Amino acid sequence: MGRQQVLSKPSDNKKYKLTVKEVWKQHKEKYLLILPFFILFFVFTFIPVVTSIVLSFTSFNLFEFPKFVGLDNYINLIAFDSVFLIAVKNTLLFAIVTGPISYLLCFMLAWIINELPPKVRAVMTLVFYAPSISGGAYMIWKLIFSSDAYGFANAFLLKMGLIQSPMLWFETKENIMPILIVVQLWLSIGVSFLAFIAGFQNVDKSLYEAGSVDGVKNRWQELWFITLPQMKSQLMFGAVMQITGSLSVSGISIDLVGFPSVDYAGHTILTHLYDYGNLRYEMGYACAIATILFFMMLFINIIVQKLLRKVAA
Amino acid sequence: MKKLLSFLRAKWRLFKFRRKNRSLAVDLSLIIVLSGIGFVSVWPLLFIINAAFKPISEIFLFPPRLFVQNPTLNNFFDLGVIISKSNVIFARYVFNTVVITFLGTGGTVLFGSMAAFPLAKYKFPGSKLMSSTIVYSLMFNGTVTAIPNYIIMTKLHLVDTYWAIVLPVVGGTFGLYLMQNFIVQVPTELIESAKMDGYKELGIFFKIIMPLSKPAWITLIILSFQSLWGTTGGTFIYSENLKPVSYMLSQIIAGGIARTGTASAVALIMMAVPITVFVISSNVLETMATSGLKG
Repeated sequence: MGRQQVLSKPSDNKKYKLTVKEVWKQHKEKYLLILPFFILFFVFTFIPVVTSIVLSFTSFNLFEFPKFVGLDNYINLIAFDSVFLIAVKNTLLFAIVTGPISYLLCFMLAWIINELPPKVRAVMTLVFYAPSISGGAYMIWKLIFSSDAYGFANAFLLKMGLIQSPMLWFETKENIMPILIVVQLWLSIGVSFLAFIAGFQNVDKSLYEAGSVDGVKNRWQELWFITLPQMKSQLMFGAVMQITGSLSVSGISIDLVGFPSVDYAGHTILTHLYDYGNLRYEMGYACAIATILFFMMLFINIIVQKLLRKVAA
Repeated sequence: MKKLLSFLRAKWRLFKFRRKNRSLAVDLSLIIVLSGIGFVSVWPLLFIINAAFKPISEIFLFPPRLFVQNPTLNNFFDLGVIISKSNVIFARYVFNTVVITFLGTGGTVLFGSMAAFPLAKYKFPGSKLMSSTIVYSLMFNGTVTAIPNYIIMTKLHLVDTYWAIVLPVVGGTFGLYLMQNFIVQVPTELIESAKMDGYKELGIFFKIIMPLSKPAWITLIILSFQSLWGTTGGTFIYSENLKPVSYMLSQIIAGGIARTGTASAVALIMMAVPITVFVISSNVLETMATSGLKG
């Protein structure tokens, strides 16, 4: 009703009088451009996500029809599942260390590489991107930190005489997190790195010439005054990728330190999800874990975006 | 000595080909940092390449060596023998992968960019809602959505077809989000002037947006190819003659410790293909960047 009254106000006529038909007429081509993607997105991404959130309020074992249990899953997770709290702690610790470091690393490497002549640049991009190019390349770390004397790290340390007997890398609680962090950092020069490289290429070259006329003295000033403002959207993109990436670590943990890891030292939110989703088939519970992770990412994302906007402005 | 110095200086100019305001000391230290990290980074690449050519005696050598001493092609011959014994001919697996990768990558780049353009450059009813839904759905983990997805696939009779792999990839939001962040930077004046010339959104998209965001969609091709190349089909494809090549190769590796040699040959092949695509794409990118400068 309120809207109807506004509509009749003559001053606002133009703004509110747009009917569906007029909107369509005005923006037809835009909607048509979006349509093919949006249909696929809606069916194969949006509906599954919403279904999962709905399932998080049920008890669902994949065989029987889901049973509505209200907030039980969430209450159990937060109040009674002590392993989940370990997982949250590990995940946050992991993300706080690897997220910012690898973000800066990606940016810095892309920036240095961008200074090189084209051919060298192509080779160096490949060198840094190599770890993420082959899905399972990180399994090499399993050989490096193998707990017998055949592991590269143990063989090296034994030969140097630094240790007398092989170290139990993945079997010692204290070692697990640092090793996972190292592997993740090594692995994380991926999507954001490539996006930054493409972003640097996208910067209008004439701006640099104009800048040097205007008295930009060195590369730091150039980076700060010319390049960074031009790359705002890539920086945002990289941030979102780093946040989602560093909070959703599971593969390297399961493959390297095993599942479950010693004293749950390598347990993350996603390995917890894997436990309930893929091993115990408690899908309702698994969906609740995914939903909590989703809101964590959302929250962190909003904060980081606010911070970045402040820095960029 | 003098010759060497002038040679070095000539080389140095190569590095400083772009601009004058670069100090030598910082250049040098950055190169040192770069090679340090590069050394750590390139290690697995060297390892995989070397392991593929190691004879059995060297694979289990103690202490382990990075570089191969007596290179041999035996691992590849073994792999060849296993492949030739397979029930479904190898070419079929390759064909499956090619179709899946082609459709998936093409669809992601085309549909993703098409949708990214209006969302990045215009405001219209629903645009803000769509943009935020798309970013937020990036953050929902795929493990739990796999089950609703499977149900949807069954209802649409798409299980056990290529589409079961391709459509969710194209409907994923990553590609669109990447493109959106690049298309935002296309100068609005260009779009306005094209509008003056009588172009509609579709025309602007192909005439202006796509050519100007080449670095972005080439990056997207690299990333999309890479993830599709590694896909094994999982539960969505169960017919053996529709399975992709990476599934077949992963089955070979699963043969245990006796297949260690073959496995390292497989690892090299699995890595060589995306690297080739990567190198070709980034070469295209470089030539375009330089030709763009001249034009």
